[in-house]
Formats: sequence, C-alpha cells, structure tokens
Amino acid sequence: MRNAKPVLLVEDDNIDAMTVARAFKDLKLTNSLSRCTNGEEALAYLRDPNHKEPCVILLDLNMPRMNGTEFLKIAKSEERLKSIPVIVLTTSNEERDVVESFRLSVAGYIVKPVDYKKFVEAIRTIDLYWTLSELPDGETGVENAQVETAVAG
Amino acid sequence: MHKSRPLLLVEDDQVDARAVKRALDDLNMADSVVHLPNGEEALAYLRSGVNERPCLILLDLNMPRMNGIEFLREVKNDPSLRRIPIVVLTTSREDRDVLGTFEHSVAGYMVKPIDYPKFVQTIQAIAEYWSLSVLPAGV
Repeated sequence: MRNAKPVLLVEDDNIDAMTVARAFKDLKLTNSLSRCTNGEEALAYLRDPNHKEPCVILLDLNMPRMNGTEFLKIAKSEERLKSIPVIVLTTSNEERDVVESFRLSVAGYIVKPVDYKKFVEAIRTIDLYWTLSELPDGETGVENAQVETAVAG
Repeated sequence: MHKSRPLLLVEDDQVDARAVKRALDDLNMADSVVHLPNGEEALAYLRSGVNERPCLILLDLNMPRMNGIEFLREVKNDPSLRRIPIVVLTTSREDRDVLGTFEHSVAGYMVKPIDYPKFVQTIQAIAEYWSLSVLPAGV
C-alpha cells in the first residue's frame, strides 16, 4: 500500500485470515496485518488510541456478533473513522450485499477467489491500486517519492 | 470494469479527457465513456432519469461552475446516486483535497502522472481494480 501503516483485516474465519497473511508474505508486502474477528472487535480496535490507524480495512461480511454491514454503518458515521477506505473481501456475491455495501460507500468489493494463485493476484491488484492512490494520512513527501521510484522501477 | 456500462468522466480539460479516453481505448477497457466538463452537468446527466447509470465515475477536482468536492457532496447525499463508486483523478496532491474527498468516501484518489506511459499505467491499475471488484447493478 502507499504508506507503512498496518492493514486491518476483519475476518472471523481462521483459514481465510491465514490465506491473506500468506498472500501478503508471498507478495512481500511491507504493511503489517492486524486482525479482528468481527465488527465489534474492529470498532474497539479502531477507537483505541494505542493502535495505529490502518491505511485500509479489508472487511468480511458474514461474521458473528457484528457483521460487516453493521460495522460499515457505524464506521461511516464516525468522524474519525469514515475517511479510512474499506474494501469488502467476502465469499458472498449476492446483489443485496453488493448494493448495501456500496450504499455505505465501500471502496471496492472483491469476491474471494477459491484458487490460491487467483487469490494472490487479487491481493496484488488491491495493493497496486492502493499504492497508486493517495491516502488521507498527511504523510507525504519523502514517502511518496519512494513509492513513485518503486512504481517506475 | 463492466464494459457494457458507461464510465462517466467529469473533467473540464479537453486534453486530459482525450488522454483518459485514449488510454482506455489502448487498453480496450471501456466501450463507452461519457465525458462532461463540470459537476453541474454531470449531476444533471445522472438525475435525468433517461441516461444509463455509469459503473464508475472518474472525477477531476478543479473545475468551473461546480467543482469536484461540491459534486461529491451532492452525489453522496442523494440516496439514488450514492452507491456509484467515485475515483478522483486530479493534478492536486494537496492534503486538503485528499482528506476532503476521503471524508466523502471516494473509492480512490489518483494524481495524474504527466508522462503518458505512466498515465496509461495508472488508468490500467484503475481498470484492473474495478474489473476485479463487483459493482452494484445499475438502477
């Protein structure tokens, strides 16, 4: 991603979370990956000033306690949290979930590919896009120059 | 992207608009690009009731009449339009613009590279990402 902040993964399934971590490692992404297992935990994590704000959030939808849509409703109504881009990463491609997520202004909706190679490609595409995109962090200058060199190379 | 649905480009600069269309053409990424020169005309297009809803909006910020941030505010406050993803494509790298647009939940903020090959790379990254992403059906 564009900056060195952590990526927050909100995912209840351990296998899926391990797959994301493995793809990050295989792609040599330098961002650390923080994980919460449901929306409630993610809100508590984001509201805790001891945690570094993530650059982007990867959000599963079907989770116990607080699901992805409920999480989005709250996060997008909070001044401090609403600017963080949220990308849905789910197995559901039900139209209802897609429409509801975009109504809540997600910045992408990726259906998890079952095949690992395709999954890695999906994470690579997400990483490239969010490396080119500016992020609302106020950290510009040297860091951006390095990213441009990396892209050019 | 979803080739069957148009991409809406809101851009006042003719040269920049031609570059976007040329890059999309070179990449064979979009069948139809609707180009409008400011936010006011783009809103009228989206609200006309007869035009097909775009799958994605590429939005410049500095434009006469209605600029990009004003347009964003209108679209995100309109329940029938707010689900359309909006990607900023601008020359401005000012923090005020980046923060101001992410507060309105833009789905990306790309600074236009001046160099054409890099510009094509940026358009390609946008096209690949939004081909991977599912998009809400046009309503």
